[in-house]
Amino acid sequence: MLTIKNLKAGIADKEILKGFNLSVKPGEVHAIMGPNGSGKSTLANVLAGKPEYTVTDGEVLFAGKDLLDLSPEDRAREGLFLAFQYPVEIPGVSNINFLKTAIAEIRQYKGLPPMEAKDFLKLVKEKQALVELQVTLANRSVNEGFSGGEKKRNEIFQMAVLEPALAILDETDSGLDIDALRIVANGVNKLRSDNRSFIVITHYQRLLEYIVPDFVHVMYEGRIVKSGTKELALELEEKGYDWIKKELSQQVEA
Amino acid sequence: MNTSTTIAEKITPGAVLLPELDVLQTTLAGNEQIRFIRRKALKSFRLQGLPERKNEEYKYSPVAALFRTGRSFPASTHSLTRNDLTPFLVPGMDAFLITIIDGKLSRELSDELKGTPALQLHDLASLEETPSAVFQKHFGADALITADPFIALNTAAFRDVVFIQVPNNARIEKPIHILNIVTAEGAELVNPRILIQVGRNSAIQVIENFIAIGKAEQTLCNALTEIRVGSGSTMLFYKIQDHCKNLSLISTTQVYQDEQSHFDTHTVSLSGNWIRNNLTIVADAEQCETHLNGLFILNNHQHVDNHTLVDHRKPNCESNQLYRGILDDKSTGVFNGKIYVRPDAQKTNAYQSSKNMLLSDDAGMNTKPQLEIYADDVKCSHGSSTGQLDEDALFYLRARGIGADSARALLMFAFTRDVINTIRIEALRTQVEELIEKRLTH
Ligand SMILES: Nc1ncnc2c1ncn2[C@@H]1O[C@H](COP(=O)(O)OP(=O)(O)O)[C@@H](O)[C@H]1O
Ligand SMILES: [Mg+2]
Repeated sequence: MLTIKNLKAGIADKEILKGFNLSVKPGEVHAIMGPNGSGKSTLANVLAGKPEYTVTDGEVLFAGKDLLDLSPEDRAREGLFLAFQYPVEIPGVSNINFLKTAIAEIRQYKGLPPMEAKDFLKLVKEKQALVELQVTLANRSVNEGFSGGEKKRNEIFQMAVLEPALAILDETDSGLDIDALRIVANGVNKLRSDNRSFIVITHYQRLLEYIVPDFVHVMYEGRIVKSGTKELALELEEKGYDWIKKELSQQVEA
Repeated sequence: MNTSTTIAEKITPGAVLLPELDVLQTTLAGNEQIRFIRRKALKSFRLQGLPERKNEEYKYSPVAALFRTGRSFPASTHSLTRNDLTPFLVPGMDAFLITIIDGKLSRELSDELKGTPALQLHDLASLEETPSAVFQKHFGADALITADPFIALNTAAFRDVVFIQVPNNARIEKPIHILNIVTAEGAELVNPRILIQVGRNSAIQVIENFIAIGKAEQTLCNALTEIRVGSGSTMLFYKIQDHCKNLSLISTTQVYQDEQSHFDTHTVSLSGNWIRNNLTIVADAEQCETHLNGLFILNNHQHVDNHTLVDHRKPNCESNQLYRGILDDKSTGVFNGKIYVRPDAQKTNAYQSSKNMLLSDDAGMNTKPQLEIYADDVKCSHGSSTGQLDEDALFYLRARGIGADSARALLMFAFTRDVINTIRIEALRTQVEELIEKRLTH
């Protein structure tokens, strides 16, 4: 599904990803944890194709295609989805019009006929219920005036509507109370399937109690420094990141 | 280096027009009152000349290039048919049509204002037959010839006047649609002139379209509309500049508001080579409400200058200005918004917002708010910003599979929403939305 080899990327002159490697197979859920500033959001943004980042080395294969060669919109059309850490407010663009346009363009790219209006409305209603997003989307602008929790749920709602092959969730849990967290996790779990993969970026082990990962990776200074299974998350919770940092410096000294 | 330009620059600006203007005084139609008004205006224009470079009001919209050579004044009437007008109508809008061609009312291409007993449409010819005391009292009373040389110029050279009179207590449902057509192909100067007088407790909606039918690359239209809104009345006024091709246009609107009146206007500029919109509101009684909205979308070398002046003279009035501009290529824009709050005008609420989006490094926008407040118990504020397309929003849309071009169009369209949403005639709003959508997706 996704293979990242020795990815180096940064912004302006600053290198942030310093040789990142990861392989995700269909149906797998990978969690990436790590202290603030270790490059988790950068990884997510680079994979989604945010123009301000430059890739200096490495390769990324996504469903057999060279991902880095595709425009951001084509990555999305190929089935990549990023749930943003900070969803943007877009005044004047209604949620519904936005989703309608996205679906129309994705279907056109895939050579599918346009979706019927009533099918679209049905889909929206069904997925809104899935994430218990109660705001009326029709006449409200994208994320405008949404609470923090609503914004995060709107990301998961969009993911549910677009049904991506690979979803990257960037700290979707931060700022959510326990109920909202459960709703979001529930939404994600309902979408888990043998051919859909997830990369869940999080700070806290808490989310991983609800979305149980197949693998847990620790990212530090632009690289994965430790990988394991879900028990690694518990260990991190207990010992904190200093433990990893210490281990790393010992390795360097040795 | 070039002697001929040096000499030309030494001549009083506007001098190139004077010989023709002298001739016009003797040939144009009108009774003694009209002739007197024209003569006085010409005298004033002679004194003022055209605005020079150092004139603050025309600093960002120099007019010298418009007057390099002499200009002629159209005298004949183009023969258009109703069919020719179809492209300029608003689909689905039932309206009274008034057609002005090169500054002269065309009776054949205008509807009789029937079914609305006292609503009246006059031109100079019919005013000669049936003189109107209201016309005599108000014509030229608000648009002062000394206030701006282009008011003087229009007043010295108008060939006709379109006078619309709305009686008291008349709520007119059907909009009045004015097509201000310029057929001229060359270096003509056209001076359309309109007076709209709305009585007490009445309501009307007026749409004015500026239309160039010929090439109009060298043509200048210097239009002047005076509006009086009587006490308790409401007027919606939409100025749409979309079929202007390469026209240069000075469009002056002078509004006088009486007690408890409501004036709501939109200026939408989508085409035209060089446009100057002068919009002046005098709120001369209590509890007036005024909304000034503007939208311009420019590319190539287009230039649009919106000069507004809201003169609050009495207490308890409110004005609200909302201007939005999108500028691409080498286009330039100006927003100059003046608000006067006179010593008497306590409890005035006056707001102004001008936001602009530059799509190219070569485009430019000059914004100048001018608040002159002489009363102490008032609420006035202004805000302006000029920026680029929001890159984060653009990426967000693209990350959901929306192509770069349509994402850009969505964001630009969204930027115009505030202004479009306030257009209250639904058929017109739909048309403007479609025009903008077409314009933004090329
Ligand atoms: N747009 C940016 N401009 C400048 N520096 C950035 C930008 N984005 C990220 N960085 C820097 O890159 C590093 C990694 O940031 P980020 O990817 O946001 O980390 P994380 O998501 O793990 O907290 C930080 O030092 C941050 O300051
Ligand atoms: Mg982050």
